[in-house]
Amino acid sequence: MRKIEENIFKALMIIACAIIVSSFFMIVGTVVLKGLPAMNLDMLTKTPDGGFYIGKEGGVLNAIMGSLYIAGGSSFLALAISLPIVLYINLYLRKGSWLAKATRLSQDVLFGIPSIVYGAFGFTVMMYFGLKASLLGGIVAVTLLVMPIMIRTMDEVMRTVPKELLDASYSLGATRLETVRIMVRQSAPGILTAVLLSFGRAIGDAASVMFTAGFSDNIPQSLDDPAPTLPLAIFFQLSSPMEEVQARAYASALILTILVLTISLSARILTKRFSKNKI
Amino acid sequence: MLILTVLSVLLAVLIGAGLYIRSLPLLETATLPELLAASEWKPFKGLFGFLPFILGTLWVTIIAILITLPLCLLGSIYIYEYAHHRIRKVIVPFVDMLSGIPPVVFGVWGVLFIVPLIGDHIAPHFVEFSTGYSVLAGGIVLAVMIFPLIISILLEVFGTIPKELKDASLSLGATQWQTVKFILLKKSLPGIIAATVLAISRAFGETIAVLMVCGNMPEAPHSVFDAGYPLPALIANNYGEMLSVPLYDSALLFAALILFAIIFLFNGVSRMVLARIERKIA
Repeated sequence: MRKIEENIFKALMIIACAIIVSSFFMIVGTVVLKGLPAMNLDMLTKTPDGGFYIGKEGGVLNAIMGSLYIAGGSSFLALAISLPIVLYINLYLRKGSWLAKATRLSQDVLFGIPSIVYGAFGFTVMMYFGLKASLLGGIVAVTLLVMPIMIRTMDEVMRTVPKELLDASYSLGATRLETVRIMVRQSAPGILTAVLLSFGRAIGDAASVMFTAGFSDNIPQSLDDPAPTLPLAIFFQLSSPMEEVQARAYASALILTILVLTISLSARILTKRFSKNKI
Repeated sequence: MLILTVLSVLLAVLIGAGLYIRSLPLLETATLPELLAASEWKPFKGLFGFLPFILGTLWVTIIAILITLPLCLLGSIYIYEYAHHRIRKVIVPFVDMLSGIPPVVFGVWGVLFIVPLIGDHIAPHFVEFSTGYSVLAGGIVLAVMIFPLIISILLEVFGTIPKELKDASLSLGATQWQTVKFILLKKSLPGIIAATVLAISRAFGETIAVLMVCGNMPEAPHSVFDAGYPLPALIANNYGEMLSVPLYDSALLFAALILFAIIFLFNGVSRMVLARIERKIA
């Protein structure tokens, strides 16, 4: 009886694992199968021509560039804000300080706030200041979205930096600000992972840029221009009734998937390589 | 640095306050229970009933959790207790990569794969007509989206259970499954609940993927094959347009506030539970 129960559950577990792993392949497989036939060089190298949305010539270069700008800008901005915060709670605050605890908890909570709320909030703030949907608005909204990811990821790494290392630095007469260098060096792989994770999230998120970044058929030239993004391009193309345009949505989804998977794979490889040289 | 840190803590409060202030105009016209329980959504007549959207969100979330929880529990027990470490090394990266796939791609997958599957193969056995764009489709897509979140938390929680306990159980002659059932699952129950609550709040707020497969009809769904219209989809579809309709803007930000409040609460509580579990072993 016990043996039977054991075996039944073991079988169920293996099935569950198979479903979980195969779901990844199903998603990537579906996107590749449907996207590949509609894929061509024009998709990657051209912006939409007139009549693109009724099936005429053009590509999604505008959205690719817009997404890269937004993801790059927001990852940079988020890093500039998050790094001081993480260094502060790990180096300057005592262990078990309530501010550090409050920061960690609030970042955990913010991590769970859906991107649509960031988008709606961002847009409200923009309306208050009289700003229109623009590259800048998109970058700010996405920065809010990825900041918790950055802070949590970097914090996790910095917490594991051995205290002895920092003590050694202090005992040589280094100030806290000088010890920051050691901390940053020691957690460089973690910082890199955090940036890549944020970049991946930023490039794939649609709901936060929907209102804040807007959409256009051109590559944004300045921070005030509305910025098209790949996820929104997919969404709009897919809601078109024309089959040619829908096929382009699949091709765009393929581009986005490849971009994101490349980022997450390189994050893995880089992290592994960097961790080797760590003390 | 201190200022930045304090600001980052206050950000959640700021968002909540901002949304609340903007939804005040709507809240002045009706009381909270009235808004939440009314089912008429006719912005042009000034009727804002959130019930269909709340029900839509609940249906989708419940379906997603019912699918995902058993699968993830079994899956993570296998990964943690049974799998050879070489198999683990294969499975875990796939789960990680799954978490990196953008929501909109899940949506495309839903439209291409799940919706036709339901519309052509599953629904005809149960109901007379369904397009496939349904709360069930939304639930399935969401379920797959939250796999990585639940699995990663569950693996962490399992990691906090002392090995001695399990060894004691095994040495008394219990089988591995019995040990899992009576020791691992029992001991990690708070963590499992916390993970579930986190997953619920994640499912609550997911927007674009659900928007693409749910059908978006502002009526309460009656079966899993009916279309639904979850709150995030409502905001995404309508916000920024029709700003001339009085109170419309305020109503949509109120929807965002509902989402924010529920998720804030759920997240806060479950994160505190998880932090306590971690501290216990530290």
